[in-house]
Amino acid sequence: MSGVRVLVGTRKGAFILTSDSNRDQWEVTGPLFGGWEVYHLKGSPVDPNRIYAAPSSGWFGQTIHRSDDGGKTWEPVGNQFTYEGFPGTHGSHDGTQKPWQFKRVWHLEPSLTDPDTVYAGVEDAALFRSVDAGQTWKEFEGLRGHPSGASWQPGAGGMCLHTILLDPSNPQRIFIAISAAGAFRTDDGGKSWTPINQGLRSEYIPDPTAEVGHCVHRIAMHPSTPDVLFMQKHWDVMRSDNAGGLWHEVSGNLPTDFGFPIEVHAHEPETIYVVPIKSDGEHYPPEGKLRVYRSRTGGNVWEALTEGLPQSDCYVNVLRNAMTVDSLDPCGIYFGTTGGQVYGSANAGDSWKAIVRDLPAVMSVEVQTLL
Amino acid sequence: MIRVVIPAHLRILANVSGELELHVEGRATQRTLLDALEARYPMLLGTIRDHHTRRRRPFLRFFACEQDLSLELPDDPLPEAVTRGDEPFLIVGGIAGGSL
Repeated sequence: MSGVRVLVGTRKGAFILTSDSNRDQWEVTGPLFGGWEVYHLKGSPVDPNRIYAAPSSGWFGQTIHRSDDGGKTWEPVGNQFTYEGFPGTHGSHDGTQKPWQFKRVWHLEPSLTDPDTVYAGVEDAALFRSVDAGQTWKEFEGLRGHPSGASWQPGAGGMCLHTILLDPSNPQRIFIAISAAGAFRTDDGGKSWTPINQGLRSEYIPDPTAEVGHCVHRIAMHPSTPDVLFMQKHWDVMRSDNAGGLWHEVSGNLPTDFGFPIEVHAHEPETIYVVPIKSDGEHYPPEGKLRVYRSRTGGNVWEALTEGLPQSDCYVNVLRNAMTVDSLDPCGIYFGTTGGQVYGSANAGDSWKAIVRDLPAVMSVEVQTLL
Repeated sequence: MIRVVIPAHLRILANVSGELELHVEGRATQRTLLDALEARYPMLLGTIRDHHTRRRRPFLRFFACEQDLSLELPDDPLPEAVTRGDEPFLIVGGIAGGSL
């Protein structure tokens, strides 16, 4: 029978939520890696039993775990992330140059074709890849070595590479995003990288239209239209129709265009979702109403989705890795909050139910559609 | 044999319970003890000492014989009571390590 497996990373461990294709009754398993901060865990699209997880800790640093049985058992694998060559320095809030230093893994992106290949986006911002199922990791040094690299600065959450999009139509093309450097693209399998930030405007940097320095919170793509990208920037929801070559704003009638996650409907490439947050200084929904906004027009025209979501006194945040869609029909959509709730919709966002309410603060939500 | 106590999180990671007992070749120092610990439990690599600098992670402390040995040099000899196995070598998570 088909179903879904929702993988939830939290401040104090990971949880797995499973259901059949009705997505009505849920079983909650966990905590896995209890006490560890799990910024992200994600399953291989090639082999759904293969899941990679990145628990880290202020005491013990980074670990990487791999499951080969759908999350029932886990094995620690390689946790050594070494910058290639002489690491050099990057910018900082106090105006001094700081040495590049590995802090944690923010995002794991399993390959679309090989279950033993997985990409890792880390803080301080760099992209690594393992081709041996997580045992060893090697940096794509061309990204950090971009001429602009020494000028990159951290956002409030650290200088993290938090988004990795693999182009299903072109294995040489990868998109990544870094807070607060911006979005980058490689067309040669990771050897060289191009900033793709033209059209972005950020008033919080000296040159609002600079090539780099933008606090991109998240980018998303539908696999059938890989040249169309959607972006939730620090402020502004953006769209590009030429693989990041040029962006234009599609915030439209959103109540606020600040936020973190952005997602695309599994079957409708022009249907996108965001969760507006009041401001960069007030990381909670406007008016205390938790609303997902859906655009069926690829942006600009948005509708509030509220049924089943708290519409008063709600002051949680939804972090950048904490929203995802399944590929069942109708499309399921899931998101987790800093208040520990994971909400799910089995009808593309028309109505919502809390799958679980009292987890630690949710860092990431991914889903595996099991056929 | 040298007795070693590691934090609960690392016991889970290494799939062990209770005190560990380690044989250290040659002179017993923090460095040789941790080398032996990581050789036997490679999943602990990077969790007690930084992969590259080999220095103690900032929020971990080393205690033994009611003394804080964290700032001892890594090649200083361990206390005799530890090398005899009378007292354990304690690897302790500092109370400041968790941000949230």
